Formats: sequence, structure tokens, C-alpha cells
Amino acid sequence: MGEEVKLFRSWSSPFALRIVWALEIKGIEYEAVFEDLSNKSPLLLQYNPVHKKIPILVHNGRPIVESFVILEYIDETWKQAPLLPEDPYERAMARFWAKFCEDKVLISIWSAFIKQGKEQEEAMVAATENLKFLEKEMKGKKFFGGERIGYVDLTLGWLANLGSIFEEIVGLKIVDEEKFPLLYSWMQDFAEAPIIRDNWPPRDKMIVKFQALLDAAIASSSSSSSSSK
Amino acid sequence: MFLSVFFFLTGKLREMLPLHINQKLRKKEMGEENKVTLYGMWASPFVRRVKIALKIKGIPYEYVEEDLRNKSQFLLQYNPVHKKVPVLVHNGNPIAESLIILEYINETWKNGPKILPEDPFERAKVRFWADFLQQQFLDSLRSATKSSGEAHEKAMKDVFEKLTVFEEGTEGFFPNGTPHFEGENLGFLDIVLCSLFGSHKVGEEALAMKIIDPERHPLIHSWVTAMNELPVVKETLPPHDKMVSFIQSLRGNSLD
Repeated sequence: MGEEVKLFRSWSSPFALRIVWALEIKGIEYEAVFEDLSNKSPLLLQYNPVHKKIPILVHNGRPIVESFVILEYIDETWKQAPLLPEDPYERAMARFWAKFCEDKVLISIWSAFIKQGKEQEEAMVAATENLKFLEKEMKGKKFFGGERIGYVDLTLGWLANLGSIFEEIVGLKIVDEEKFPLLYSWMQDFAEAPIIRDNWPPRDKMIVKFQALLDAAIASSSSSSSSSK
Repeated sequence: MFLSVFFFLTGKLREMLPLHINQKLRKKEMGEENKVTLYGMWASPFVRRVKIALKIKGIPYEYVEEDLRNKSQFLLQYNPVHKKVPVLVHNGNPIAESLIILEYINETWKNGPKILPEDPFERAKVRFWADFLQQQFLDSLRSATKSSGEAHEKAMKDVFEKLTVFEEGTEGFFPNGTPHFEGENLGFLDIVLCSLFGSHKVGEEALAMKIIDPERHPLIHSWVTAMNELPVVKETLPPHDKMVSFIQSLRGNSLD
């Protein structure tokens, strides 16, 4: 049939990792093109002129961008091992929770990691509130998708890796096992699933990268006169 | 007809039925089966998207106007996470987030015009640009409404730059180059564009400035103009003067 599938990604991007997982889960053969984001290739700029970002899926020469759009495209094009449920209401719920994970959970946890002082405290409060909703949603399920990993799991999957990395760097316990037992065990189950486990970026490299990001953020906030203390 | 026999069953016998049949009976009795309710607010462009989609599909629904300063128990129960409108309730099941509701409508009611294209690549294009409209304009439009002077100029500059990206990116979307709609066949992207910029004249009057300039953005201008001719769009347009006052009051409250 001559299917050509390429994925433009970086070594560490959690957004691109979602697409890696989706392709692997469905057993789709693809070529990974690793981009140096400080030196973007002409091809990247040609395929994603609007946002100039990865991930980009190129299927038979046609580019699709934005990780959620790519995931839906993959699910609609390759029908095996579905990521989204079949029932329209269940699909709507999956899309709702994926959006919640992206717009609220990710933003609040990132802020809890990267910010300082009062902003950090407020971010932790928001993150805790958001996680409570997720904990409730997990009742009676192994994964958000049920017995198998699905759309919402792929969206939140970064947490199963970065959660412990953030904890190691700033000593911040984001998903406390006592407060969020279901989420905590989800993180273990997800991280240990073969496809997921085999595709994590190198941990030591990740720690160096995120420590550097944090150092830069601290440096720029203490040099600005408007920060307190 | 078969089901009506069961209406006379006593409680104990009913309990012996499989759960899903029991639920179906209950919903039929409550008149909830296939019942569609939309919780909204008259000025919300997000609610308008859902109204347009429901009209295109010819789906009868009950509309409930919410006072967002005094949200109803129903709204808080149906959307506990965000506590926002629109919320669509179908068969007692609530769905929140306007774009998610549009996808749900498309997948649930198979009759009538398709809101999303069938082809996955075409769908991806439409979802991408709808997401662009959704993500790129709201902050700047809000900021422009609530500010004046330099801050306002900066916000509007951002809006115009992004309109240009949209204009250029959607260049090949219409076969003849000119936006044209058969009957009421608005799609996902059309609906989102219409909800954000369709009533640009209202915003222009309220803020005394041009938002969609036919010289700057001819495609977008002719696109929204073509949509504004359609009955389904006209019927969902909030009253002009009421909208102008509303935007002006948003602005007035912030500039004090």
C-alpha cells in the first residue's frame, strides 16, 4: 500500500511522546525525525509554518500538527487498538478529560515546579484541586481508558515520568500516595506498560534539562525587581 | 408498545429487569429519552456555536438561560469542574466545552448535514484551524475590549496579525476562492469563525474601530458576510443593541 509515516519529534518533548506511544500501540511503522529545537530544520518550518513546533506527523507527504489533532487523526486512520471509545458520550467524556489534563492539570503542575514563593503555593493549591477531579474519575478503572491505555492516559502520561523527576529536583510531592491512591497506582501501571516503559527519554538527561530550566527561571525572577523578598 | 406493558409492573418485578432496560424505562417515563437541553447565556459566542449546530441538524431542544452571577444548581451539578456554559444535556448525560459538544452532536445525530468532514485529513485541517481560532484570539480580544490607549493598540495588533495568519492559512479552502454555502451547511470551522467574528459589526460599533477589514482580510470578511446571510446564523444572533451595550459595559467596568 506504500504508507509513509514520519514523526518529527525531539528527544524530550512530552507532546511528541504521546504520538510515539499512539503509533507503537497501534503497531504502525514510522520513521522518527529528531529535531534540535534550537536549530529547526527547513522541513519542520515548511510542515508547521504557523506554530513551528513538534510533534508533526507526516502521512504520505501530508503534515498534521498539534498533538490532540494528530491523536484523533491516527485513531481515525488506523482502526486497530482504538484510543477513543466507540460510544459518542464516552468519547465526549474522554475529550473533556484530555482537555482538562492539558489546560488545567499540566499548567498547574508546571507552575508548581517552575515558579517560586506565593505563585508556587497558589499553583500547588490549584494542582491539588485539579488532581482531586482526576482521582474521582479513576474510580473502578485501571487506566482512564478502562482496561487498556487510551486517549486520556496518553494525554496525562507525561506525569508518570515527570512527576518523579520534579520531585527529585525540588522535593515537591505532586501526587501523594495517601491523598491520591488511584492516581498514584495509575502512574505506576502506566509507566510500567511495555510500550511506555521502552520509550521514556533518558532520566539523567531529563534531570539535567529540567534543573537547567528551573535555574533559569529562578535567575530571571530574582533579577526582576517586582518579585517579593 | 411492548415497553408500555412494563409501565404496569410493580416495583419488585421492575427490579428484576436488566439495569439498562430499567434505566431506559425510567427515562421514558421521565420524558428524558432523547431529550436535549442546552444551558447557556444569551451573549456567549460559545453557546451560540451549539445553537447553530443544533439548528443545522434540526434537533429540537429546550434552552435554559443562566445568570452567570447566580448559577443554577443544575449548571453546578452538570459541570462541576468548570461551572460554565454551554452545557448540553442529552438523555440526562451532560457534555461541557463547546467544541466537544459540536463533535458529540456530529457523532450522535447521523441525519442531516455533517458538521465535520468524513476524510481524516480534512478533519485534521478543520480541527487545527478551529483550535487556532479558539487559542489565539480570546485573550487579545478580551484585553482589547477592556483596555484603551497603548494596551488596546497592542492587543488589536496581535488580533490583526493572527487574522492574517488565518487568512493565509485557509486560502485554498473554498473551491472558487469565494466562500459560498449551500443551504445551511456550515461546518465545524465555519461555526467557530462565525461565533467569534460573525458579529464583528457589533464589536466594531461598541469599540468604534474596524475588526474585520475587507481590505486587510478579504477572505475572512467575505466568509463571515456569506455566513451572516444564512437564516441559521441570523436566528442565533443576539439582539444588536443589547450586544453593543453589553460589550460597552464590559469595557466600562474595566476602564474605571
